[in-house]
Amino acid sequence: MSTKTEIVEHSEDRPNFRSDAVAAHEAAAVQRRRILFALQIAFGVFIISFWEYASGALIDPFFISSPSAVVVRLYEWITDGTLATHLWITLYATFAGFTIGSIVGFTLGFLFGRWDAIATIFDPYVTALYCLPKIALAPLFIMWFGIGIESKIAMSAVIVFFLVFLNTFGGVRDVAQIYINTVRIMGANEWQLLRSVIMPSASAWVLTGLKVSVPYALIGAVVGEFMSSNRGIGFLIAQASGIFDTASVFAGLVVLATSGAIISAGLKKFEAHTLRWR
Amino acid sequence: MAIVVDQVTKRFIARGQEVHALQPTSMTIKDGEFVAFVGPSGCGKSTLLNMIAGIFQPTTGTITHDGTEITRVNRAVGYMTQMDSLLPWRTVEQNVRLPLQIQGISRDEVEDRLDQMLSMVNLSKFRNHFPKELSGGMRKRAALAQLLIYEPGTILMDEPFGALDAQLKLVMQAELLKIWADTKKTVIFVTHDLTEAISLAQRVIVFTGQPGTIKHISEIELGDNRDVFKNRFEKKFQDYYEVLWAELAPEIHKGEDL
Repeated sequence: MSTKTEIVEHSEDRPNFRSDAVAAHEAAAVQRRRILFALQIAFGVFIISFWEYASGALIDPFFISSPSAVVVRLYEWITDGTLATHLWITLYATFAGFTIGSIVGFTLGFLFGRWDAIATIFDPYVTALYCLPKIALAPLFIMWFGIGIESKIAMSAVIVFFLVFLNTFGGVRDVAQIYINTVRIMGANEWQLLRSVIMPSASAWVLTGLKVSVPYALIGAVVGEFMSSNRGIGFLIAQASGIFDTASVFAGLVVLATSGAIISAGLKKFEAHTLRWR
Repeated sequence: MAIVVDQVTKRFIARGQEVHALQPTSMTIKDGEFVAFVGPSGCGKSTLLNMIAGIFQPTTGTITHDGTEITRVNRAVGYMTQMDSLLPWRTVEQNVRLPLQIQGISRDEVEDRLDQMLSMVNLSKFRNHFPKELSGGMRKRAALAQLLIYEPGTILMDEPFGALDAQLKLVMQAELLKIWADTKKTVIFVTHDLTEAISLAQRVIVFTGQPGTIKHISEIELGDNRDVFKNRFEKKFQDYYEVLWAELAPEIHKGEDL
């Protein structure tokens, strides 16, 4: 009986109390994470080694180049400033597109979610536009905005817009009525309701939309660069493939993949913090 | 005279069907009174509570609260339901503070009251935890603190302890009675549970099955210092139970025919 009471008191008085068992459990979890991380690295090393071996031994390097050649090319790009110039252009278009697309998408998604009439009126048009392959808009954007960075920003903004719009719309629709009623009875006005209930409740959806749209923003920018440009990673890749420079093509792909992974990891961290209540 | 319900009816239109939730119902609830509504599911007791809260309006008739007719969300009441209404994205402390924050009371003024409320419901050490990290009972206590911190004169409760286990339910009932004795707020308490209604209320109102209206009213006189753990074994308590059960039982069976 007395031990039972003690246990209850421990948990009530010291919510952060850690026993030996908890410490052991956590140590095991850390151990597990280390092993998984080691396997992660091992897989990467294996793939790259196999690629290096296969290049020449199994497949003509003309088609697949080789990791060493790619590293050499990347080193050249870094030292002569090529990478900085072109990566900056691509990232700039990506972020500008992402920002514009997500602000417009969030705002409209929000309005549609809050006002039924607006959603009903515009629904068929939005669906029709959503069904368009966005890439088909690229030639139009080049006509409208020229071959400069603006057409790439537009491309990436349009793709991001739909993803963020649809997620925000869903999120705003999904807010539980019980929270709205409770906060209304406390005396909340529309703005307070928005801030304390609707935005946080929809944030999970909105963040998912943002997270999913990052790679698409990059895709939008690069597709724009493929079509017509004289700068950017997409241009580098297109130009290199034109002269059968496989090492440069792969170097460009590595740069894009790495940038995408870094941005996604950052957003994942941000999401984990914002949604820690879940 | 705190709350006057005058010839109130409510019907809903759902899937092309007209549903009469409440037949003409009138009652007066005095200041500081503890009233319980009991009745079978669909008898309109929650509907009436929601109309007193102003979440929706009567189809005919009027409800006045301290002389003012309720035509929109009634901000003079605190409202607690069976469902968890704590905002999951706010910590206990942020949840309890929310009503005062909405009223625009400055942070410094809030702190003392916040500490006092959290210690009253025994959650001081859990103030920075999110609702998902609390047990069901703790969440109810936090919701109670959130409800009481802005000192509404009237508290509306719709089966607030319905989802709790039997022991915890008793503990929460005891806490509610203690708070009621200390603050003398008006409480309207909706429940399925006759024992709960008799333990807590000064007046128990039995509703008929759908479409509901008042069937029977019992004044409960169990003295000022009630003990929810022991009262139920008293002869007097059992007499009330039998009278009320005799009124309630046929209504429950009526519901089963539908």
